[in-house]
Amino acid sequence: MTFEEIKEKLAHKRVGIAGCGGLGSNCAVALARVGIGTLVIVDFDVISESNLNRQYFFFDQIGLKKVLALKENIGRINPMVKVYSSDVKLVPDNIALLFNGCDVIVEAFDQSDQKEMFIETVLADLPSIPLVIGLGMAGWGRNESIHCRKIDNLYICGDEVSEIGPDMPPIAPRVGMVSNMQANVVLEILLGIQ
Amino acid sequence: MKINLNNTFEVFSPESMTVSELLKVKNFTFRMLIIKINGSLVKKTEYETTRISDGDEVHVLHLISGG
Repeated sequence: MTFEEIKEKLAHKRVGIAGCGGLGSNCAVALARVGIGTLVIVDFDVISESNLNRQYFFFDQIGLKKVLALKENIGRINPMVKVYSSDVKLVPDNIALLFNGCDVIVEAFDQSDQKEMFIETVLADLPSIPLVIGLGMAGWGRNESIHCRKIDNLYICGDEVSEIGPDMPPIAPRVGMVSNMQANVVLEILLGIQ
Repeated sequence: MKINLNNTFEVFSPESMTVSELLKVKNFTFRMLIIKINGSLVKKTEYETTRISDGDEVHVLHLISGG
């Protein structure tokens, strides 16, 4: 498939991204660069200086809502992408409403309790939509431990063991690897296995 | 019973057990989990009542923070 053919196929696709932090912002940008038609991005948080060690935002965007800053950044990279942004906290009652109609959903939360709530709700309420989650990417090095596997319609990207902690911060290289791996899985689902 | 737990066959002496019992026997102490039995999600509120029996395919995914 040429890049033109890839863009043409992706132009009709819609991807939902839950969370616009380290995983979500980088995954969204990767999908925007290759020409995804529509992104549905959801986050309620604002950008802080500590986010800039891994998230696709700029120093002069500190204090802005993440969804609005990400929409602006995507627009500067590829204005052809339609971005629907929602500045709300995702809860079991609004997940199906916000992500219904997406071809793929990307889980891009930070905290494990939020991941559990989101994954459980998507599997229960939107079982036919493939869900790509990020699991385990704190620290640095250990490239070879990062992998991707599949349980039914659920795709897991990460090393599945490196949890964040005081001596295990989430930082750009490994968070970037996993977020781009998630974007890569999205392409495989939308374009087929190469 | 013999079940496929996280892609490995394992044998347990009871003929069946609840999800909660399995988590205890396996010492899966993580609080944040996603569990599927034969392709179907088992919600957290159903761990006490959902039973696992011979031949079942069980996935227990441990959720950790970071992103």
